[in-house]
Amino acid sequence: MNQQAGAALSLDHVSIVFGGLKAVSDLCLDVHPGELVGLIGPNGAGKTTVFNLITGVYMPTSGTIRFGETVLNGRRPHTICHLGLARTFQNTRLFAGLSCLDNVKIAAHQHAKSSYWDGMWATPGSARDERAIDEKARLLLDTLSLSDVADTRAADLPYGRQRRLEIARALATDPKLLLLDEPAAGMNPQETDALMHLIEDVRKRFALAVLLIEHDMKVVMGICQRIAVLDYGVKICEGEPAMVRRDPSTIRAYLGEDVA
Amino acid sequence: MNARLVRTVLGLLALLALNMLLPRALNPYFFQILILCGINVILAVSLNLVNGLTGQFSIGHAGFMAIGAYTSAVVSMRVLPGLLDAMTAAGVPLAVGHGVILLLATLVGGALAALAGLAVGLPSLRLRGDYLAIVTLGFGEIIRVLILNIDAVGGARGLSGVPNYTNFFWVGLWAWIVIAVSYHLLGSTHGRAMLAIREDEIAAEALGVPTTRYKVTAFVVSAFFAGVAGALFAHYLSYLNPSTFTFLKSIEVITMIVLGGLGSVSGAVLAAVALTILPEALRAVKEYRMVIYAMLLIVLMITRPQGLLGTGELKMPWSRKKAAPMPTESAS
Repeated sequence: MNQQAGAALSLDHVSIVFGGLKAVSDLCLDVHPGELVGLIGPNGAGKTTVFNLITGVYMPTSGTIRFGETVLNGRRPHTICHLGLARTFQNTRLFAGLSCLDNVKIAAHQHAKSSYWDGMWATPGSARDERAIDEKARLLLDTLSLSDVADTRAADLPYGRQRRLEIARALATDPKLLLLDEPAAGMNPQETDALMHLIEDVRKRFALAVLLIEHDMKVVMGICQRIAVLDYGVKICEGEPAMVRRDPSTIRAYLGEDVA
Repeated sequence: MNARLVRTVLGLLALLALNMLLPRALNPYFFQILILCGINVILAVSLNLVNGLTGQFSIGHAGFMAIGAYTSAVVSMRVLPGLLDAMTAAGVPLAVGHGVILLLATLVGGALAALAGLAVGLPSLRLRGDYLAIVTLGFGEIIRVLILNIDAVGGARGLSGVPNYTNFFWVGLWAWIVIAVSYHLLGSTHGRAMLAIREDEIAAEALGVPTTRYKVTAFVVSAFFAGVAGALFAHYLSYLNPSTFTFLKSIEVITMIVLGGLGSVSGAVLAAVALTILPEALRAVKEYRMVIYAMLLIVLMITRPQGLLGTGELKMPWSRKKAAPMPTESAS
């Protein structure tokens, strides 16, 4: 991994226009290797759109998105994932009908060396892949304390653990950068606390950079090293939590007076 | 691996033994139903790869079956008789010669159906949603009308004189292969990728599954086996008519896999057998046959909307413990 000055992810004057609406406007944002960056802003500010731009769901109208040296513009989402970018979704998108173990196994898919043909005939190569994938998936479930529900359908999990499973699934792709879209949404304070520790822990253990969208200011201010504030698709502020907390434009657009 | 070889050899021997035994033990009417059961199993299990496991909606299976049927018939009638003569001259037993011809014709028929599957699937599976249903619906009709207008294969008169080479061995073997392939896939990362597409295509793509490639691959494999089923069908009845391969045939296969439980391989097998036997069993009640048939389907839909087996699988006493590809909501 390149630990030098080069950013892991860099958005260079990125904009996207939907009809007459400029959802993201001229956004510049860098995430360095190993860094935890928060992305905050009021509802509809374009935070999730930024995630969709990075992961290839949308193509930017203008500007360049780079991951390391690779330009991401116009790449299919699955190839972007192969580069080492994994995400979770705002409204969890688990494979609801499949077991938790299978959910994680699917994400480990890209490391399988055997072909579809091998799979059709259950060749020794395919069996080897299965053993490796199984081992890896179980290890991840264990790391995220989900091993007890390995065989439970994802849909039957309580909400907090579904969020956890989504993170486990994203980690199974061996990411260098993890994009978390409101991981604490709908969690109770205890779950939120546990999640904060989890994110920190996972980031250190897997040497990840994390870009985090979150409305829970306790989480964002507590663990982010840097925060970018988005309002109407425009970055209005960027800096360390202490500085963002006092920034007048951020207070006006999002935080409100009492937090400050 | 060795145990597997033994299983394969034993299975083949069992098929050969049954192939000798069954035509003598059963009366021709029951034997024909048995063969048609087998062909329908191949059709249903292969369609299940697309509609059940990958969650795409194809309604053109009869088209691929027709391609396989007509292609294989032409191959064995016009191209390969010389090969049969050569083999007989070289002292190869007739039954083996017939088998070789049938195998070659079947493979060619399946390959052409697969090619058609690629041509249809590549453009329509790049998109999400119902495009595949519309395209395959049109495709099935185009194939039928095309055959209707090709005089070399009999057109509306139909194609008669297809050599009668299909026997229990070949139907059983191909049904075995398509079922085994389905189960193998379910136990492999590639099958899981297909399931992921069914469950949530956007998430699957975001987690690194090349969704288009998997959808097209599943579709091509499915088309291949539909072509195989068509070839076996052609070489069993010795007579082909375009009206066999209408839209209704496609719907019949879909009914089978929906009834069995979309995504369940054993469900597809069970329902294919049941829906082949049922109309025959109901012959006793003459004009009420189709009324009762429809009523039974409706009752099943009301009482078991998820299909006979849901997404679960039948657990056979001899199935290996690790072969639990799906989280089974127990198949009550």
